[in-house]
Amino acid sequence: MTTADHRLTQLQTLEAESIHVLREVAAESERPVLLFSGGKDSIVMLELARKAFAPARIPFPVMHVDTGLNFPEVLEFRDKRVAELGVDLVVASVPDAIAAGTVREEPNGSRNRIQTPVLLDAVEQHGFTALFGGARRDEDKARAKERVFSFRDEFGQWDPKNQRPELWDLYNGRTHLGESIRVFPLSNWTELDIWGYIAQEEIAIPQLYLARERDVVDRQGMLYAVNEFITPRDGEQVLRESVRYRTVGDANLTAAVRSTATNVEEVIAEIAVTRLTERGATRGDDKVSDAAMEDRKKEGYF
Amino acid sequence: MAAPIDVHSAAAEAAAEIAHARKDILRIATAGSVDDGKSTLIGRLLFDSKAVFEDQYAAIERASKGDYVDLALLTDGLRAEREQGITIDVAYRYFTTPRRTFILADTPGHVQYTRNMVTGASTADLAIVLVDARKGMVEQSRRHAFLASLLRVPHLVVAVNKMDLVDWSEEVYEGIRDEFSAFAAKLDVPDLTVVPIAALQGDNVVTRSANMPWYQGASLLHHLEHVHVASDRNLVDTRFPVQYVIRPQSDAFHDYRGYAGRVAAGVLRPGDEVQVLPSGLTTTVAAIDGPDGPVDAAFPPMSVTVRLADDLDVSRGDLICRPHNAPHVTQDLDALVCWMADTPLVPRMRLAVKHTTRTVRAMVKELQYRLDVNTLHREPDAPSLGLNDIGRVRLRTTQPLFVDDYHRNRVTGRFILIDEATNATVGAGMLTPAG
Repeated sequence: MTTADHRLTQLQTLEAESIHVLREVAAESERPVLLFSGGKDSIVMLELARKAFAPARIPFPVMHVDTGLNFPEVLEFRDKRVAELGVDLVVASVPDAIAAGTVREEPNGSRNRIQTPVLLDAVEQHGFTALFGGARRDEDKARAKERVFSFRDEFGQWDPKNQRPELWDLYNGRTHLGESIRVFPLSNWTELDIWGYIAQEEIAIPQLYLARERDVVDRQGMLYAVNEFITPRDGEQVLRESVRYRTVGDANLTAAVRSTATNVEEVIAEIAVTRLTERGATRGDDKVSDAAMEDRKKEGYF
Repeated sequence: MAAPIDVHSAAAEAAAEIAHARKDILRIATAGSVDDGKSTLIGRLLFDSKAVFEDQYAAIERASKGDYVDLALLTDGLRAEREQGITIDVAYRYFTTPRRTFILADTPGHVQYTRNMVTGASTADLAIVLVDARKGMVEQSRRHAFLASLLRVPHLVVAVNKMDLVDWSEEVYEGIRDEFSAFAAKLDVPDLTVVPIAALQGDNVVTRSANMPWYQGASLLHHLEHVHVASDRNLVDTRFPVQYVIRPQSDAFHDYRGYAGRVAAGVLRPGDEVQVLPSGLTTTVAAIDGPDGPVDAAFPPMSVTVRLADDLDVSRGDLICRPHNAPHVTQDLDALVCWMADTPLVPRMRLAVKHTTRTVRAMVKELQYRLDVNTLHREPDAPSLGLNDIGRVRLRTTQPLFVDDYHRNRVTGRFILIDEATNATVGAGMLTPAG
């Protein structure tokens, strides 16, 4: 990897920065946990964690906030990856919380908001002091404002007007009891960097990210695959289209994009020329208002 | 994505090249007074380099109140920022050109958010200070140029904006350029470039403007793409702060003991004779493991794991260097401190110091002077440092740190101050030679 002029590639630079962040938290935080959903960003983050501590095992558990609305393939992928790495998996279940009455289903069917209290309960129950998230600053304008180490109070709330100054790479992860730090090792990665890294490292991903013919319905210009969470409404026509997913969230909310990319290199080629952001192209939930992400983050969302 | 894109293997190859290119990442911080047009400039850079997506553009088109699409809305993302039309906290933006990848920290201009400007500038290779051509240099321009020099951001660009509002006047531009150069001469700015621009229409931002034929220099983006940054690292004085000890304690790696960390300076190779601080013991490097296995050299900013030939007692906070080229081992820190808390810094105050991977307690022994950032005048009788003040401070730490002067090594020459009661980060320090 070294060259005569001692330079790194862009991906090597980002990798070095992320590994530094992962090790810093492992060294200083009492009980860190890595949020792992089986999506591409958390897959890359988990791979970086593997590298950061190799040949030892990853020294913290991973946690999944399971909304009960996941693509089955993603859950399978999650369990397989966790078993391969020998890390402990904590599942915080939204359906369990609904059954217990601690959260209530929202009328629009989205479990995005009610995910947050379930996450916070699990953090409290397990005493987690630092939570790695796979969020990137290029995803959303509220995320562009986020520090690498993001202080959260005992309610998990983000106060964008009062963030800790973050100087150089000297991170301050100190908390009082009940407070926590959200840590974003992928802050400086872009969508293209993530795909470039998946290609370079030949990292396995759920097949949902690659194009194939799927049955979809068109809702306001967004293509939703027909599955156990999405059934055609009256008057909706089921179309057979070659599509793939750019992001993988809840199966009832995440739209696919038209694509012919059947391998990672072809995905990169498409993303390099696309004129839509990944969230703009695929997420119904971020269009609620102009500051939807900021509002959710203030409540404790990632 | 409206229609499927025809993917030929040539396109896939080109894309793979984008992703794998051995390109520099240039980290930029923008600064300047309120309403100097920072957000507009950034919007322009993003827009003209095609980093703005259609859905983002549609969103700001909807949100724009005036006659034109307000590109500043691309960066001011928080509700409070839009309400007040100002930037409160740093936003990070990403764009790429065939030559380089850019990470841009859009930092606030307001005095009350100076600490956020320092946050954005601390990691920057290059700082852009905007100046409104109609107003010329103001207090905030001086403050930001000074902060950039204090943080030793290697390259400084002054963008004289709103040239359209001064009739593209060469005289106005030259006046500001000369005033700024005179001020920068008092600072320690190794590389200063001045560019006349009009961010709203994009003059001299990405392409040269026909409105200012008297300007012979490069456009702003051309300069950002070509400024030479590879030599800004210290590759001479080997410094490896130990961050984390890796001990698998597994059958396969029974005897593995690796010292993980990020190379702060110099080049480390297997076979090198090294010294470990604070013990002072010497040994040799047995092997260095990078993220993909053994490497033959480690240099900044690589994160690696170093294995030593002898079984020494080494832990987080220790530092590996070469014998005969060790940092200062000291409990007395002389530093310029940028204070970031409402509670003032006063002598005898107790704080935590985080320096590389070592955190120790410290006491403020002396406030030597406060600096007036406008005149650079030293005020030796100042009783305290208030929010956003900068001053020279002497600290005494409970344990030794392994330090270099900040001008020699930005990594081992810097530290943060933490209030142990509130856990807040309250200061940034840059070590200066004693005396």
